[in-house]
Amino acid sequence: MYRYTEQDRRFVHARAAQYRDQLERHLAGALSADDFRPLRLQNGWYVQRHAPMLRVAIPYGELASTQLRALARIAREYDDRGSGFGAVTGFGHFTTRQNIQFNWIPLERSAEVMELLAGVDMHGIQTSGNCIRNITSDALAGIAPDEIVDPRPYCEILRQWSTLHPEFAFLPRKFKIAVSGAREDRAAIAWHDIGLQLLRNDAGDVGFRVLVGGGMGRTPVIATPVAEFVRWDAILVFIEAIVRVYNLFGRRDNAYKARIKILVKAEGQRFVDAVQREFAALLDDPTTTLVPQAELDRVAAHFVAPVASGFVPQRAPHGDAPPAFRRWLGRNVHAHRLSGYRAVTLSLKRAGQPPGDVTAEQMEGAAALAERYSLGELRVTHEQNLLLPWVREDQLAALWVEAREGGFATPNIGLVTDMIACPGGDLCALANARSIPIAAALTERFADLDEQHDIGDIDLHISGCINSCGHHHSGHIGVLGVDKDGSEWYQLTVGGGDGRDLAGAAQPGKVIGPSFAADEVADAIEALIEVYLRDRLPGERFVHTARRLGVTPFRTATDAVRRSTATALTE
Amino acid sequence: MQFIDPHHELPEGTLRLANTDDVLARAEQIRAHDRVALDFPKWTDGRAYSQAVLLRGRLRWGGDIVATGEVLADMLPLLRRCGFTAVRLRADQDIRTAERALGFFDGELRPYQASHAERAERAERGHGLVRSARRDRDTREAA
Repeated sequence: MYRYTEQDRRFVHARAAQYRDQLERHLAGALSADDFRPLRLQNGWYVQRHAPMLRVAIPYGELASTQLRALARIAREYDDRGSGFGAVTGFGHFTTRQNIQFNWIPLERSAEVMELLAGVDMHGIQTSGNCIRNITSDALAGIAPDEIVDPRPYCEILRQWSTLHPEFAFLPRKFKIAVSGAREDRAAIAWHDIGLQLLRNDAGDVGFRVLVGGGMGRTPVIATPVAEFVRWDAILVFIEAIVRVYNLFGRRDNAYKARIKILVKAEGQRFVDAVQREFAALLDDPTTTLVPQAELDRVAAHFVAPVASGFVPQRAPHGDAPPAFRRWLGRNVHAHRLSGYRAVTLSLKRAGQPPGDVTAEQMEGAAALAERYSLGELRVTHEQNLLLPWVREDQLAALWVEAREGGFATPNIGLVTDMIACPGGDLCALANARSIPIAAALTERFADLDEQHDIGDIDLHISGCINSCGHHHSGHIGVLGVDKDGSEWYQLTVGGGDGRDLAGAAQPGKVIGPSFAADEVADAIEALIEVYLRDRLPGERFVHTARRLGVTPFRTATDAVRRSTATALTE
Repeated sequence: MQFIDPHHELPEGTLRLANTDDVLARAEQIRAHDRVALDFPKWTDGRAYSQAVLLRGRLRWGGDIVATGEVLADMLPLLRRCGFTAVRLRADQDIRTAERALGFFDGELRPYQASHAERAERAERGHGLVRSARRDRDTREAA
């Protein structure tokens, strides 16, 4: 993991001090709510439906157990005071972009929390606002067997470069960058404003294939390739060119048309040419700096594997292991670059808790597991789970027992109950509809593990509004909350994909008929899955059946389970 | 950073540009002036930051760059790093707050991005850690 230098540490403390100054001026009435808003957003502070919400960055998903313990302390000591709503407090929520959110911290205590975070080398810098957001990556970075180049040193260099970049703090809209270093894209890069794919050219040089202009929201767009190979040391210069063109020419008259995807779509090749011209001009400038090899080496030294390769332990006799353990091995345990090691997902998808939620006690439990089994390191996954990257194969059985006790061992990774969901209308001020009750109903509906395993791999994604925090566009099944006449409705899609091999190139799903009432959603999704179970070819997964059959049979099946919306359909 | 009284007009001879103006296309006109004013119609509209960076970096223009329009005290660290040398704050802003805002990332605390001035200085010194892109490319092409 990257360890902060003295300089990095002073930097986040200075940022916390700057934020405290702004907060105090706001509380004293010297900084208006309107002027304070963009400042607090760029530190991760939203004001939500009931209370402020804090979003903390977990850059490219890497988290130390000591940091997770600090997050637990924040949940326990700050997330439960004076909310006065009788709501569940004292928890955090992991998001699809490798952040964690807290929902009940009073704004008056926000500066204190920023100082606490700075104390463990963490921050909320640029987790919101119209700026370059947290850099995300593959949760298996550095340990995946299919890795071409470890993306983490480049992610860290990007994190530092984008942090408080003075030119790019007030872009037309938010700006998200994702990096993949493996053959399989597990970082959904084509759905990002900039997607970076690390590769090696024929000469063996490391560089990036660069995609620009992907995004979700009300206009789902798959990113356009703008460069097939940018050498690693010039990547910051290339990104500077992209973001400068966007800053100068992106639309600012309409928030819905302000993302870079709209500029790329409107301008097409002219956009690419403008970026290339700016890139060439920067390279021609003798004061432009490339990333020095020594700097890459300094950062990369933080990411050397903490264990020796080639360690071959005595394998535990898995043959006569209990079926529940074998099932967990099959779903929650993943191959590792180093022999003798495995990566293990701690499932945060279980009955009684919204997807991605963890209480203070559970955070401490996960931190303890990381300390005992994974050299104190965890990852936050895009699918809102935690992952232990350094588990010895001969300790899997012991880990399974402890993970089960902690409620982390539901063997459902990649299955229908391993769903992505945003916080939705229960907590979020933007949402049109609630996500949590839909997720709860589906978790209950598909509680039977045998049934889940029969249905097999499927990505179910739920967003409470068109902002798409729950990535409904990329779900094999997508659920989107919409608001009509002040009540909650849900639009269903099938056939989307995030870019992983399972569903091929990234693409948005197709809408299945008019919206459903809240109490029809679970039945409708069950109907979608029944079509699959009835019509699937041997070995075929849901997403492939959905694409092969097209929308019609799914529409017929879901229309048959409508109740309140059935009348509207015949009118 | 120089503060211009918000109740006074800009000094005579200041070229005022809109944040939609192409500063590179107007290079000749800009070079004929000692002072350029770049505008923030809303303080969250960040186009003028890029304009200032292009004036300094691309045109190597050394005159004064004044931030005008809705300029808030909290923008000062960003303005300075993009090459602004003067501000005319929004009338309700407090100069002492603005001066304090400049202090949070000061002294030994180096930001992650080199400002244009730092880049130029390092390139001139041939600083060991920093190569110029052109020199690097020429070396590559020669090889």
